[in-house]
Amino acid sequence: MEIEEVYSRQEIDEAEGKQINELIARSQGIIPDPDQWLDEELKRNVMVTTVDAVLGWARRTSLWPVVCFPACCAFEFITTAASRFDISRFGMEIIRASPRQGDLMITAGTLTWKMAPQVKRIYDQMAEPKWVIAMGACAISGGIFRSSYSVVPGYNHIIPVDVYLPGCPPRPEALIHAIRMLHEKIGKRSIIQEGK
Amino acid sequence: MLADFGYIGLLLIVAILFAVTTLLLPFSLSLPSRMEHYSRKFRRYVETRWPLLARFIPHFPSPPKFMQIVPYNPSPVKNSPFECGMETVGTSWVQFNFRYYFYALVFIALDVMVVFLYPWAVQLRGLGLSAFFAVLIFIAIIVVGYLYAWKKKVLEWK
Repeated sequence: MEIEEVYSRQEIDEAEGKQINELIARSQGIIPDPDQWLDEELKRNVMVTTVDAVLGWARRTSLWPVVCFPACCAFEFITTAASRFDISRFGMEIIRASPRQGDLMITAGTLTWKMAPQVKRIYDQMAEPKWVIAMGACAISGGIFRSSYSVVPGYNHIIPVDVYLPGCPPRPEALIHAIRMLHEKIGKRSIIQEGK
Repeated sequence: MLADFGYIGLLLIVAILFAVTTLLLPFSLSLPSRMEHYSRKFRRYVETRWPLLARFIPHFPSPPKFMQIVPYNPSPVKNSPFECGMETVGTSWVQFNFRYYFYALVFIALDVMVVFLYPWAVQLRGLGLSAFFAVLIFIAIIVVGYLYAWKKKVLEWK
């Protein structure tokens, strides 16, 4: 039986190429992290600070990382998640394959433009409030592949990044340090602030 | 005896608390931001269809920011049932060749036969003649099935 409405391989390639080219054209600039709230002077009162403390504690002690490990920094993440460094101390040991159940994206590795629409889709579908750690030189700026035509020069071209973690690859201690910094950032967040 | 039922009551209380904290609490905390989203959506809908009518809709005060603890920011990508990865292109009603199924069935029969033959072959001398004939009967049953499949042209790939 012949099945109709099956696209040829060329049509699929053309559709995908068009999608990727549109994304490249859209993401020439850097997406800034909306972090002006970090510097805001707040009119704090007792009620709100208590709720903030509880909410910040709840949010930072149960960060669930989503699976988005395109390249080799993932091995350092595996080491961090394994028994020696053990990120279950931070309530992070549940690494979700579904973006709807995760709220932290640890972008471990080089990202190519071919993979970029999928990463953006994962970020769009993550539960709110969501956080991103750019792990490694490639995630920050493209690393040594920066001049390549096919490599995204930094994840902040397609998604806003909260914490930048240098290294090629960063050691597990460095990743834990980045996680601690993200905890501090989440702890500073107040619910009366505008933004994310 | 009453103490045993006491544990059941405790379990029920824990189950109810679990349901409340995992389902009802996030939903109720996200209600203000949901309300704001839907009122804005409704206003935009009326303004695009009937601009004159939109003047008579009162402005509902949006809930204060501190009530919107659980954010509610839906988007078409977020609401789509399809999750991460490559999007499907074309129809997904693709038929697989049913000969794969027959092939797998024949393979499983012979595979299991090997599993049974191996321990028998290791202890061949110790088990004696009766075990030999038992295995022969076992192989004969499978060979009959194999010949039947062969006769039914399962092994031909057309």
